[in-house]
Amino acid sequence: MNEGPNLSQGNLGSSALANAANPLPVPPALAPEGHLSPGQWGMITFLSSDITFFGTLIVAYLVFFGRDSQPGGMGGPTPLDALSLPLAIGTTLCLLASSVTVHIADRALRLGRSGFVGLWAATIALGIAFLLGTAHEWNDLINRHHLTISRNLFGTTFYTLVGFHALHVTIGVVIMLLVLALALRGKLAGKSHMTVELVSWYWHFVDGVWIVVFSVVYLMPHLG
Amino acid sequence: MSVAHPAEVHAHPEMNFLSKYFFSQDHKVIGIQFLFTSLIFLVVGGGLALLVRVQLAWPHAEIPLLSWMFQDNGGRMPESFYNMLFSMHASVMIFFVIIPVLAGAFGNFTIPLMIGAKDMAFPVLNMLSYWFMWPAFVLILSSFFVEGGGPAAGWTSYPTLSSVAMPAGEGLQSPAAPNSGHGQVLWLLALTFVGISSMLGSVNYITTIINMRAPGMTLYRMPMTIWAMFITAILQAFALPVLTVALILQTLDKTIGTTFFLPDGLTFGNWITGPGGGQTLLWQHLFWFYSHPAVYIMILPSMGMVSDIISTFARRPLFGYRAMIYSIAGIAGLGFIVWGHHMFQSGMDPRLGTGFMIATIMIALPSAIKVFNWLGTIFHGNIQYTAAMLFALGFVALFIIGGLSGIFMAATPVDIFIHDTYFIVAHIHYVLFTSSIFGIFAGIYYWFPKMFARQMNEFWGRVHFGLTFVLANCVFFPMHILGVGGLRRRIPDITASPREAAFMPLNQFITISALVLGAVQIIFVINFFYSLFRGKPAGRNPWNSNTLEWSAPSPPPHGNFETVPIVFRGPYEYVEVEGHGDHLPQTLKLEGPAPTAGH
Repeated sequence: MNEGPNLSQGNLGSSALANAANPLPVPPALAPEGHLSPGQWGMITFLSSDITFFGTLIVAYLVFFGRDSQPGGMGGPTPLDALSLPLAIGTTLCLLASSVTVHIADRALRLGRSGFVGLWAATIALGIAFLLGTAHEWNDLINRHHLTISRNLFGTTFYTLVGFHALHVTIGVVIMLLVLALALRGKLAGKSHMTVELVSWYWHFVDGVWIVVFSVVYLMPHLG
Repeated sequence: MSVAHPAEVHAHPEMNFLSKYFFSQDHKVIGIQFLFTSLIFLVVGGGLALLVRVQLAWPHAEIPLLSWMFQDNGGRMPESFYNMLFSMHASVMIFFVIIPVLAGAFGNFTIPLMIGAKDMAFPVLNMLSYWFMWPAFVLILSSFFVEGGGPAAGWTSYPTLSSVAMPAGEGLQSPAAPNSGHGQVLWLLALTFVGISSMLGSVNYITTIINMRAPGMTLYRMPMTIWAMFITAILQAFALPVLTVALILQTLDKTIGTTFFLPDGLTFGNWITGPGGGQTLLWQHLFWFYSHPAVYIMILPSMGMVSDIISTFARRPLFGYRAMIYSIAGIAGLGFIVWGHHMFQSGMDPRLGTGFMIATIMIALPSAIKVFNWLGTIFHGNIQYTAAMLFALGFVALFIIGGLSGIFMAATPVDIFIHDTYFIVAHIHYVLFTSSIFGIFAGIYYWFPKMFARQMNEFWGRVHFGLTFVLANCVFFPMHILGVGGLRRRIPDITASPREAAFMPLNQFITISALVLGAVQIIFVINFFYSLFRGKPAGRNPWNSNTLEWSAPSPPPHGNFETVPIVFRGPYEYVEVEGHGDHLPQTLKLEGPAPTAGH
């Protein structure tokens, strides 16, 4: 991320100061928040911001939950009618497993062990499996249950929330494919570990958001 | 671990014109790009405002210059065109002038320089944050020219006025408001791009301030400008996604037939919308959850810059430095829980309204701390009345008026009376024009020597301030009286109601003042461009200021500093010390016991 010599506090120890024309006493050290790299801080900020994004979508989902069947509502399919819990559990397991594989892949690269490429490819495969499951679910919803985005409030909020999550998964898969291409061409040098770590953070985040979405969209209706 | 040699610090290769000034990754060039494009939009937004004023003062006259557009209407402005003017005036000023100048221009220019970094943490991201503004520029300007005209539902774009979904086969002809078809969709997309740009910017600013500070630049040695930018960036990061979601949802409502903001069975003329079930109130909640913090995004950077300018030109340490930081943080924190005070008239549970009212009035506390600390800084100061200082003092004086009128708005019983009158117009312009824009002028006069290595003409700067100060009060102060008298805002022809027609003379006085105020800004434009090429050459530190940017060359090269600056003291040590004049730059290492500054 930050090419060239890093001029933040870490690199400028006493040796640099000794080189200066006028030797100066070392100024007070910065607070320990400097331990994270710029890339890590940038990713933390971005993901925190994204939490607000999904939070707002989830609020919109909850505000309209169950409105369709109330008087004056739009009728049409409800979550209990239309959503298949077994399928959702299957896709959820794919995503959870991919979080494990991405973590082990990240560790393997950091510790210089073998197996990074295989685990990374497995993560991508699991991500694609999740997307295929979503595609199957949407196909079923549209063609069998006639639930489109404009059908009722459930369709409106469901497709928006799940769709934006699927968009995040898709972006993650594309980025991981790019990293995989670099790795296969042998261009993933030691310095790139930071990129892999940040991608894995993003992937864990997408995974975490899904757990909330799964609980709200798929489990909550079954709680009565 | 490599040791940074001075030669490596600015080992940036010479670049051709295009990569140096257009696709630059240098934070200073990006800042200046933001500044120039936003100042162009300031002219656009100002022109829209003057057209609004002309229509209000002479509602039955032909509109000068534009009457050819209104041939069918006898040269007079159609009411739907008036709606478009005030909607676009606010949208342009807020999203294309004030936020980009404060966060984009001044944030970019000052943050690395004032913390002693060679650039932002992510220069490429920084370049992208500017270039994401361009789709927004194109979209918002083209919305004037699409079928049906620009968006006309106000900058708040409340559904259903703005967002009725069109039935299948009727295209984008929304029947709710005359201009809420294509123009509204372009408005929504433009703001989404502005949001992406701001989000990239805020990620960059937060990371840079946390990670890239020079050795010795502890958090509590950062200038107030940087603190304000930091807290503003946090506000952006957490409030903006809410607006982005709201914009996306309204776009979906308008294009593919979702029903987020559409209630059941609305009737427009002969046309009844289908079943809905959505809530118009949801938009108001989401919109104000962003847009109330947004008013602090628009004022906090100005407060920070004004703090630095006042301390420099009063030659006094900033009074209550830490209290200033905590009050900015307090304003920002409270800003997240007060959005409901925009909705007292939207059908709110009175108990909830009381909570919002109390939280809102509590903001007066940190705001008052800031005002008293500025006054405390000036007190017994050796004040230099430069143009920058005059605008900063004007900011403090008129922010008090804007802050006080805000308390009227916060109190539910009063708000119900003055809701949607000119009182709110007066309030928002005291806060945004005579505070935010005054802060922007102060910042331009103050940092111009660092940006362009030349000084602006002080005499004409003071003339610009004097005339702007007097005329701005002529324009905006009478609006309080109009508002309390009951003049509604967003009415194209006030002669339609006899009670409101009585306000006509005052209205015309405001319009004439506004036209002169607009004309006076030509002094600034000429001064700016003349000084750019012919101004008095400025040294590194023309104002004898303490902060780090003044220890860099003017203009700073790509990479900023010759050597990594090392910080030994806080930013406001304007004290007399034997052999050092009246100020101690942050990089100055004193022998012997350090003198104690005011904080």
